[in-house]
Amino acid sequence: MSNETKPSTLTVMLGRVIATAGPLIGLLLVCILFASLRWETFATFDNFAIVLQQTAVIGIAALGMTLIIICGGIDLSVGSIIALGTVVIALLIQKGWSPLAAAVAGIGVCSLCGAFSGMLITRLRLLPFVVTLGMMGALRGAAKGLAGEQPIYPDETWLSSFMRLGGRGSLPSGVWLMLAFAILVAVALRHTRFGRHVFAVGSSELTARLCGVPVERVKLLVYTLGAAFAGLASVLQFGYLTGGDPTTAVGLELNIIAAVVIGGASLSGGQGGVVGTLVGAVIMSVVANGCTKLGLANWVQEIVTGGIIVAAVLLDYVRRRSHRTS
Amino acid sequence: MTPPRLRLTGIRKRFGATLALNGVDVEIAPGEVHAIVGENGAGKSTLMKILSGVYSPDAGAMELNGTAFAPTEPLAARHAGVVMVNQELAIAPHLTVVENVVLGAEPSGVLLRHGEARRLAKEALGQLGRPDIPLNARAGDLSVAEQQLVEIARALALGCQVLVLDEPTSSLTKTDTENLFRLVRRLRDKGQSVIYISHFLEEVQALSDRYTVLRDGVSVATGRTAETNPDELARLMVGRQVSELYVHSVRPPGEVVLSVDRVAGVAKPLSASFELRRGEVLGIAGLIGAGRSELLRAIFALDPVQQGEVRVGTVSGPSTPANRWASGIGMLSEDRKAEGLALNLSLAENLTLPRLNSWVSPKALSVETADWIQRLGVRCAGPDQAIGQLSGGNQQKIAIGRLLRNQSDVLLLDEPTRGVDIGAKQNIYRLIDELALAGKAVVMVSSYLPELLGTCDRIAVMCRGVLGPAMPVAQCSEHQIMLAATGAAAA
Repeated sequence: MSNETKPSTLTVMLGRVIATAGPLIGLLLVCILFASLRWETFATFDNFAIVLQQTAVIGIAALGMTLIIICGGIDLSVGSIIALGTVVIALLIQKGWSPLAAAVAGIGVCSLCGAFSGMLITRLRLLPFVVTLGMMGALRGAAKGLAGEQPIYPDETWLSSFMRLGGRGSLPSGVWLMLAFAILVAVALRHTRFGRHVFAVGSSELTARLCGVPVERVKLLVYTLGAAFAGLASVLQFGYLTGGDPTTAVGLELNIIAAVVIGGASLSGGQGGVVGTLVGAVIMSVVANGCTKLGLANWVQEIVTGGIIVAAVLLDYVRRRSHRTS
Repeated sequence: MTPPRLRLTGIRKRFGATLALNGVDVEIAPGEVHAIVGENGAGKSTLMKILSGVYSPDAGAMELNGTAFAPTEPLAARHAGVVMVNQELAIAPHLTVVENVVLGAEPSGVLLRHGEARRLAKEALGQLGRPDIPLNARAGDLSVAEQQLVEIARALALGCQVLVLDEPTSSLTKTDTENLFRLVRRLRDKGQSVIYISHFLEEVQALSDRYTVLRDGVSVATGRTAETNPDELARLMVGRQVSELYVHSVRPPGEVVLSVDRVAGVAKPLSASFELRRGEVLGIAGLIGAGRSELLRAIFALDPVQQGEVRVGTVSGPSTPANRWASGIGMLSEDRKAEGLALNLSLAENLTLPRLNSWVSPKALSVETADWIQRLGVRCAGPDQAIGQLSGGNQQKIAIGRLLRNQSDVLLLDEPTRGVDIGAKQNIYRLIDELALAGKAVVMVSSYLPELLGTCDRIAVMCRGVLGPAMPVAQCSEHQIMLAATGAAAA
């Protein structure tokens, strides 16, 4: 059809602007709303630092989830991986490992869990949803078993400083870590062959295979990286808790997936981005923070967050529809 | 005088700046098969979408049996008796034949009336002359041709007045096509009106009573099919004389670049051997399901080779698609939408996917793609537009461009002209000739014999997984190939 062959350059441009700016506009709206209601407590630098601190764990894990979701997959085991990570780190520090070695080992264990999921998904061709649902239970169990069903609090190390709010005008180093890795992932997605392959596999696996993309290897790597980022998130979580807790981060994978989706990624793959994901994660923290400032109960927050997730998907749907028929 | 079954007058439809339809008049009598022909982009799809209630016309009137017909949504059009059967079948593969036939119009009181449903399905299939299709079979287990029948049966069970068949034969074998024709004639003789849309002018000639030609959104000609011929139709469609549709320069063959020796795949092919030289176009004919695509896939290492050997230049042994691209082979998939292209991704992303440096500059790739867009004559908004928004012919140009960009020496083309209009077809034939002239080698699989005879140097016929010897095209005739493809040839 001639109408479909030639949408104007303007429509294409506009669509792209909305696609990238949509979540940002949402964030702006939410901020304006809370700032106008509670100017003196909400709109301060200290509060800004708190919001970002609250975002760091979800944000870092969401970077990995972004890769997985763009690639057309899903990982439901991320919350359990984070819990397992904190337990492993705590146990190793208790055994006298240096904090750095313990953190690296924790990330390594988490990566292995992701690699295992990836193996099951690529070699046995099982559905990612089912495999990672199984892993979610199994790894939670493993974390509890390792920790003897108790939180473990080793002596405090410098790892706890990752999430500590500093003096005026400074941000916790965990936040900087999140931003640094965000840039890394964004560059990888946009400027490397691997990044292009991730999009291609998510958009059409058959096309990717036809074009010589090593589909299995890409998927395996994506699940491993996703879990590695979860491992990194577990280091921050460990710092936040100042210990390892096998019951931490229950259900966190859903918040992480929500951040990615609010950020404009499509659960059917081939679409998504780092900026959107981070904005999505911040939106959720701002809502939580703002609701607390307003003195609203927890359940109100949960309803609002749920509404935002649906609204984000709806917005994306409307945008694409108007794009198609305009 | 009885009013026509369906009358469209002065239909116009505008999308933004483009005028998709600019005055279409069609009249269809009861018991008539009416062919609507036109190039891709001539407005056929828009017209059908208006007819089936997806769009509303900006101007013009539609009458069904003499009363105004203005469906506001697809369901309304169906209930009024205008039912489309699309190229992509709308069959629920996990449901049974009965469930599919009554889908959306299940006879029910408080609960479903299964007996009634069975009766309706049985009656509809009986009307089609195919009471042998098992009512309880899963629709997904049926052949494509049978699934199509189920969909037509659904239309009949709905009490359809005007049956619209959109490219119904594009995935049918010759025998199935003949069966379909017989069935359409049978429906016509019972007073059913049928709108028949097809790219195959021979089919239009064989089946339809009257025709309407659309060009640039206008109905430019209408008349009795018996009083015209495919050449004239083609001329009306493109608005110019179609001369030299096929191009075949004198191309001296060079050294052997690909040799396939008794290759067998998992189920198909069973055995295939040929040698391909530079400057040569080898055609592979055969019925759908004979294993032609599977042979190309095995050569391209998309499917495993169980036995035999594929030798590229001097190299043989197990391979991967990535290796094949690297060694100068490129493949065009027959299924452009599902496999050939990633429809959500941009032109640039689709074009450059097989060959990317480990460090990618999106800007440079866009610039490079813009260059290819020019060279291939792709109509689009730019290299960053999602490729799914282009027409079939323009999509195909990018899909073929991918092979050219990779500077492939051996091109495996699976149904390269499927679903593209006659102008784009001509471009593809020309391109194939140019490539062969430049010393590249082409293997072309096609179900459309005239194009194989027109473009290839040699043709081999595949029948039930076995590839016959490649014969020089001068020694081939359509009749002979058909016999070999159906396994009827003695030799």
